[in-house]
Amino acid sequence: MKVSLFVTCLVDQLWSSVGTSSVEVLRRAGCEVEFDDRQTCCGQPAFNTGYRDEARQVAKKFIEVFEQSKADAIVSPSGSCTAMVHHFPELFNEEPHWVERAHAIAAKTYELSFFLVRVLKIEDVGASWQGRLTWHDACHGLRDLGIKSEPRRLIQNVRGAELVEIENAESCCGFGGTFSVKYPEISVAILDQKIEAIERAGVDAVISGDASCLMQIGGRLSRKGSSIRVMHLAELLAGHG
Amino acid sequence: MNTETFSENAKAALKDVQLRGALRNATTLFGKRRREAAASLSNWEELRSEARAIKDDVLLHLDRYLETFVENAESRGAQVHWARDAAEANEIICRLTLERGARNVVKSKSMTTEEIHLNTALERAGMHVVETDLGEYIIQLAHETPSHIIAPAIHKTKRQIAELFTTELGMPPTDDVAELTSTARSTLRERFAAADIGISGVNFGIVETGTIVIVENEGNIRLTTSLPRTHIAVMGIEKLLPRFADLDIFLKLLPRSGTGQALSTYQSFITGTKRNASDEGPDELHIVILDNGRSRMLAHPVTRQSLACIRCGACLNACPVYQQIGGHAYGSVYPGPIGSVITPQLIGMEKAAQLPYASSLCGACREVCPVKIDIPQLLLHLRSEISTRQPAGRRTERLAFKLWAMIMTRPWLYEKTAIAGRLFQRWFAPPVKAWTASRDLRPIEMESFREHWRRTH
Repeated sequence: MKVSLFVTCLVDQLWSSVGTSSVEVLRRAGCEVEFDDRQTCCGQPAFNTGYRDEARQVAKKFIEVFEQSKADAIVSPSGSCTAMVHHFPELFNEEPHWVERAHAIAAKTYELSFFLVRVLKIEDVGASWQGRLTWHDACHGLRDLGIKSEPRRLIQNVRGAELVEIENAESCCGFGGTFSVKYPEISVAILDQKIEAIERAGVDAVISGDASCLMQIGGRLSRKGSSIRVMHLAELLAGHG
Repeated sequence: MNTETFSENAKAALKDVQLRGALRNATTLFGKRRREAAASLSNWEELRSEARAIKDDVLLHLDRYLETFVENAESRGAQVHWARDAAEANEIICRLTLERGARNVVKSKSMTTEEIHLNTALERAGMHVVETDLGEYIIQLAHETPSHIIAPAIHKTKRQIAELFTTELGMPPTDDVAELTSTARSTLRERFAAADIGISGVNFGIVETGTIVIVENEGNIRLTTSLPRTHIAVMGIEKLLPRFADLDIFLKLLPRSGTGQALSTYQSFITGTKRNASDEGPDELHIVILDNGRSRMLAHPVTRQSLACIRCGACLNACPVYQQIGGHAYGSVYPGPIGSVITPQLIGMEKAAQLPYASSLCGACREVCPVKIDIPQLLLHLRSEISTRQPAGRRTERLAFKLWAMIMTRPWLYEKTAIAGRLFQRWFAPPVKAWTASRDLRPIEMESFREHWRRTH
């Protein structure tokens, strides 16, 4: 299957190994991977802060770039950015022809774990990693896209890895995009409940499907001098460790 | 505390250790009970969809339903009053009490009467007003406002309540809950006996019969609506259900979502006044139907769904923000996610401009809402209204997003900006400081993914 990688601006600039890991995992799963370097962002920061005109401009750019791809699917290592692409049609109430184009793009855009498990029907990508880890359900993947069992099944097939569930796996980490800097104190108070549960679980690493949550959780763990590391699902599955 | 100082209110709440402990216990318990209660019904999801469909129908034809409801209520002896806003509602209610030479008013818990600040108006008219719901009674004694839609004193610990009862009611210090409630009960019983007027809210107004339905656990609503000679019920225009049979769905959803009960202890169905002089119950029933900004919400297809809310409070318990700061920090009558949606629409965007941003958009509220209100969608809608209508206070933000869009629609500029960011990231501006005060920041990579891709392909 031919796949076009939507790497997301966050991964592109701040966590490139998530991108390279995604490519590796997809290739191992038998996909031919292409990357169009005219892609930038999905527009979510503007959309979520209330700047719809700006979000629309960026969404149009996204659609134009990915429409030119011959790939069967667009795959992204982010539930949040994938969910944003699925929201594109809502942006074009007054431009019906764009609604159609947005629907077409949204229909072939998948989050990585969902794509592996649901589309390719692959649950074991041949990865190995030694240690205890826990999964953080990133909100948009969980509640907008319904992703819950997919990453867990993939993790359970990682040799040497033991998956431990924390009681608040489904609770928000407090990131919320601009929320994390508009109300940093509330954001960190929410985060600290997550951190508390992670520390109690005695894990070596926290895994998630969104680099943004991992920056929030990892940023706090590192500030507290914790030895628990954060890792994107793609990195775990690529066996980078 | 008001909505304009939300940010400061929240910071103060975060420092209140007792408050956060009380909130954590209560919201965790409510959440657990709600999950269990919902799981006890195999058709929970269908019930939610059906409930929403009923509400959507009511809201779409509200004019017709209101007329029929009023006809049916009046034909059974109720007197109906229309109030455009809070001032009109208070004026009507104060007039009714004064005309009857009333002095003592008992009230049962009602968010709608909180919304119009009825107690203040009644006290100004010379009435002695007593809240008879235990939680409301506690906060009335403490001269506070409710911090939760269904559990008004959720922010208070047992110890704080015991201290309050000692100072306000003169009872000997105790931390025995049974003793505390029994003191409240005997004090309140005297008030009921002396009351001239009983004022309640309304959970559901049944169109086909003109019945008002009120649910509760303490029995105080039953007393408020049956002991005094006059009962005044205050109802928002959106509270209607077309048929009695619709209650089958709503009386399953409301208590399970609110307190995790299969059924509330009391459900009172009040249809008009008593038929014969020898019957029990009040001589007069007045229903005050309140708009107060609701028809504005009704007019817009996106905001209309805000009126489907049945005030169960589940979204408050599920909200990570509410769980940390509690209800008072919002500075509004309705707190939490649904409060952040309806407050700006009730009191105006200018005054409540901070509230729609007081959410991480995690969607936990939408997941628990028994009538499937898409609260994140409403928050996003309000954010876009605010950013287009209030450019003055948001000049920097607006400019930043214009610039951002310019960069993100030009890949070459995006790359140049990223490279500049790499070089200058050590001296970054205020939004980054808001992050780094308590979290480490991941630096921009020296080689981006796209650069790596181009180098290796």
